[in-house]
Amino acid sequence: MNRRPMFLMSCLVFGFAFFYVPILSLIIFSFNKSRLVTVWGGFSTEWYGKLFNNAQVMKAAVLSLEIAVTSATFATILGTMAGLALARFRRFRGRTGLSGLVTAPLVMPEVITGISALMLFIFMAQWIGWPANRGFTTITIAHITFSMTYVAVVVQSRLSSMDLALEEAAMDLGARPWRVLVDVTLPVISPAILSGWLLAFTISLDDVVITSFTTGPGSTTLPILIWSKVRLGVTPDINALATLIITVVGLGVVAAAVIMHRAEKKRERDVQMALSQGSMT
Amino acid sequence: MQSERGRLARWFDARGWRDLIIGIPYAWLIAFFLLPFLIVIAMSFARRADLSPPIAFLGQWPFIQWENYARLFSDTIYIRAFFTSLLNAAVATFFCLLIGYPMALGITRVSKTWRSVLLMLVILPFWTSFLLRVYAWIGLLGSNSWFNQGLTTLVNAVLPADMAFRSLPMMNSNFAVVLVMVYSYLPFMILPLYANLEKLDQTLNEAATDLGSRPCQVFKDVTLPLSVPGIIAGGLLVFIPASGELIIPSLVGSASDPMIGRVISDEFSLARDWPMASAVAVALLMLLVLPIMAYSHFEKRAQEQAEAKA
Repeated sequence: MNRRPMFLMSCLVFGFAFFYVPILSLIIFSFNKSRLVTVWGGFSTEWYGKLFNNAQVMKAAVLSLEIAVTSATFATILGTMAGLALARFRRFRGRTGLSGLVTAPLVMPEVITGISALMLFIFMAQWIGWPANRGFTTITIAHITFSMTYVAVVVQSRLSSMDLALEEAAMDLGARPWRVLVDVTLPVISPAILSGWLLAFTISLDDVVITSFTTGPGSTTLPILIWSKVRLGVTPDINALATLIITVVGLGVVAAAVIMHRAEKKRERDVQMALSQGSMT
Repeated sequence: MQSERGRLARWFDARGWRDLIIGIPYAWLIAFFLLPFLIVIAMSFARRADLSPPIAFLGQWPFIQWENYARLFSDTIYIRAFFTSLLNAAVATFFCLLIGYPMALGITRVSKTWRSVLLMLVILPFWTSFLLRVYAWIGLLGSNSWFNQGLTTLVNAVLPADMAFRSLPMMNSNFAVVLVMVYSYLPFMILPLYANLEKLDQTLNEAATDLGSRPCQVFKDVTLPLSVPGIIAGGLLVFIPASGELIIPSLVGSASDPMIGRVISDEFSLARDWPMASAVAVALLMLLVLPIMAYSHFEKRAQEQAEAKA
């Protein structure tokens, strides 16, 4: 039995090296003094300094964050409703249709989603005069549409594993339905709603393909800016920008995971405390 | 038999809130997902024209003409692009499985603390930017990079001196596309495989070992057959997005042998032939319908099992 774990462990080491060496290389070369990205010319942080003085990059970053926060918030509301509908309302007319519409954007190639959204906006502009030009609104609508389905899937799966007895108990104890929803159901599924929001936020913040079709003149998001520069080749300032984004998102994800893990642990402890106290009395 | 799950749901039903909770996301998805997609289908029957928007419908209602679809078969660029896409996606899926399977199995064999750390390390690249992970490879594949030069030295050590490379021509090739696709989609393979392998009953392994099976026999006769659902789920999760991929072939792919995502995008933005782009898009979806249906079938079954447990 000893030989196979050795083999598996070396696969793990190799696999994680494959995951992280390219990212590490990118980070290391962001501190390269030389303008030639691939040849080491000494340590320097000048690219980071230049980045913060680059108004174009800053403007794109702000626009990206605005779109990501707006679209993640709307996507969370719509996605939670869809998840609630699919998990709790067993039979309604068009249930298959809704569950199909929730799954389809997940598997649709992004380029098709992008093209179809652009055509819709162009025809809408021609027929009803709105949206007059493409930019913040059209990008946000497109982002809401495909990220709400991720939220719906996350919320739905949490709801279907939730213990219905909790709601029943609250109602038996005389709580009004809205209070049950606000005080029992939503807190229980809140980790799922939170991770749905984070998922929608990062998807929006990272999206290139759908944004590139739904954007208009003057609305350059950060990924679109990076995309247009990257097509021309590798430059050290993009490395610096990439390092910043990867560090911020990476730390955020790790922090969120640790917080959720702790909250889950605490909840388990509370439940056990309550159970042991209940059995004592 | 109650039609809803729980009293709360029934109360919502009685007060009409239910219709709102179902109706609002439903209406949104119809307006911004289904309707645009129907436009694409309608567009695939139109013809390119020098108008704004650059399309014209010919003939009489329902304006159906199969010209664009006929071109899919007569113009070799489309057939070739479809072939390249499916081949690249299949090869990438195979290598994801080859690398991902032992990794997923390895994660199930470490202590509980290490498990959560390693899973975190698998998920982390998935949350950080897709575009930037592809960008990282542009730096590595280029002819002057340490990675390319290192590989060149290795290759030259094997080859006779007169065949030595200056650098390996890796950039802008289907090799690069497959490599970066494996890199980008590996988490999609590892996670479902891990979820499947983690649930396997370890006592089966022990029983097989006690009965005298050697480790590789245990793997072949017990672990592998039981992990087929995980392999299928992971394989489809890699294959479906990989075949419609646009970012990777645009950044590291070959321009002379493009993948279908790039053909759609170029047809739409560069040639401004919206009807043709739509026809190619519809054809791509037709090709993906089988794997997508297989995927949702497996998803549904997994969900039903989860619900049955809960």
